[in-house]
Amino acid sequence: MADIELLPHNVPAQSELPELIEELTTLNLGPTHPATHGIFQNILQMDGEKIVSGEQTIGYIHRAFEKIAERRPFYQITTLTDRMNYCSSPINNFGWHMTMEKFLQIEVPKRAQYIRVIMMELARISDHLICNSILGVDSGAFSGFLYVMQKREDIYEIYEEVCGARLTTNMGRIGGMERDLSTTALRKIREFIKTFPPVLREFEKLMSRNRIFMDRVINVGPISLERALSYGFTGPNLRAAGLDYDVRVMEPYSSYEDFDFSIPVGQSGDTFDRYNVRMEEMWQSLKIVEQALENLPEGPYYADTPEYYLPPKKEVYSNMEALIYHFKIVMGEIDAPIGEVYHAVEGGNGELGFYLISDGGRAPYRLHFRRPSFIYYQAYPEMCKGSTLSDAILTMSSLNVIAGELDA
Amino acid sequence: MLSNQEVAEELLGKFGDQVFDFEEPYGLLTLSTTREEIIPMLEFLNQHKTYQISFLTDITGVHYPDNKDKEFAVVYHLHSFIHNFRIRIKVFISEADIHIPTATGLYASANWMERETYDFYGILFDGHPNLVRILNIEEMDYFPMRKEYALEDATREDKIDALFGR
Repeated sequence: MADIELLPHNVPAQSELPELIEELTTLNLGPTHPATHGIFQNILQMDGEKIVSGEQTIGYIHRAFEKIAERRPFYQITTLTDRMNYCSSPINNFGWHMTMEKFLQIEVPKRAQYIRVIMMELARISDHLICNSILGVDSGAFSGFLYVMQKREDIYEIYEEVCGARLTTNMGRIGGMERDLSTTALRKIREFIKTFPPVLREFEKLMSRNRIFMDRVINVGPISLERALSYGFTGPNLRAAGLDYDVRVMEPYSSYEDFDFSIPVGQSGDTFDRYNVRMEEMWQSLKIVEQALENLPEGPYYADTPEYYLPPKKEVYSNMEALIYHFKIVMGEIDAPIGEVYHAVEGGNGELGFYLISDGGRAPYRLHFRRPSFIYYQAYPEMCKGSTLSDAILTMSSLNVIAGELDA
Repeated sequence: MLSNQEVAEELLGKFGDQVFDFEEPYGLLTLSTTREEIIPMLEFLNQHKTYQISFLTDITGVHYPDNKDKEFAVVYHLHSFIHNFRIRIKVFISEADIHIPTATGLYASANWMERETYDFYGILFDGHPNLVRILNIEEMDYFPMRKEYALEDATREDKIDALFGR
């Protein structure tokens, strides 16, 4: 019998260990990635699990809205605005209408202003609802998301009742609303006010003091107030960092001064604060909707601006003047005055500004959108520097970067 | 509450004839300056003890092709949260010498705003850390928001400019 050579027990398979190589890994996060919620790319330099630096590539759904707007009659620009922040399109629509009304110095009737407030606050709720529930999904809590989706569906049904569309709403007209709130719409809003609080409360119960969720989001992606201001943060993201700047309070538009609501602020500007600020804002928005519905004034729902507001169809067929205005509006033959105006509204993500320059033509000479997502998204690499990849996902999710608004 | 008058006088006192073309469209103080003074002016407003106009709302460009030697305007919107005061500053530059200093040293947010303005108008922000296109593709060899690029296909006859007031 041949001798069997027994090997000693702990001999490494390779006698020489390869030298450790210190190098960074490049990781492409996006352009299409389930966790980015939109088409944008981040090229991250990773040291193991930690992010060393990042560079963003944006513009994947750039649609040249500012260029298109230079060839469109004023009333047709609304459809461009609702494709920016498509999670809260009514705010964009009304923001544009209010810019035009400020520019033309049109006084909108109280009823229209209140209806606008109701729709804008519902839009804010749907915007924040998606952001916070998606944050849950990204941190591993899926059930809350499906649960609140049902309530967003209810909001979309209200949109449908008010303007006929769900996502790209084109709601309202220059000078007011296109139609009064129908009884069905009023019933649906009342129903929403009644059924929404229990759902939101349950969602809050599921998430806000959930130990696992808290451990995942506290101190993740923080930004100091100083840096946030330097980066041009506005909206919930700025308020989470500790400054109570809200356009609705600072420069009230559309009768916001009539309502009693408070502005929640955070302290550390981390993901948990952003989550909490949005959560509380939903409660405040609900409060505003309740008040507006309760005190909804009677009266006309559009201003007397025949040059910009389409006359009722019945009159077009029977009244010569109405027919002329109808034709002129549809053909875009109204010459606007000369001037420039900046108007800002509190969008879902912050100060949504419209800078309009008119040279007296039938379309804007220049129209620039101040898009909050575009401005604060540039802080993202700084915010996730040194954090792990999974935390960076949560940071992005809580910033609520909307690709449509980012790229315009 | 700050008044437009007060800020305008303060700026006139500090910058003299380098600020001009005062206007108040819709109540918003609008003025023009030169590109040499724009950064000192932004800095002055930012560091001012009482005004604290230290939030950069927006930077954008405008093209006026018929405005000889002042073909391009760079428009800055600033905001003071303390006084809820907005101001608009314009700088006109010529197409032949399309340079303006960057504001990225003062405001981190100016980075992408300036890149966007460069992307659409070709305005060069001197000293910008990374002045490359942001929304359009890198290979693009023109600046699409300039007025010479018509939006519509030039061969189409059904969409004439007269219908759109241009």
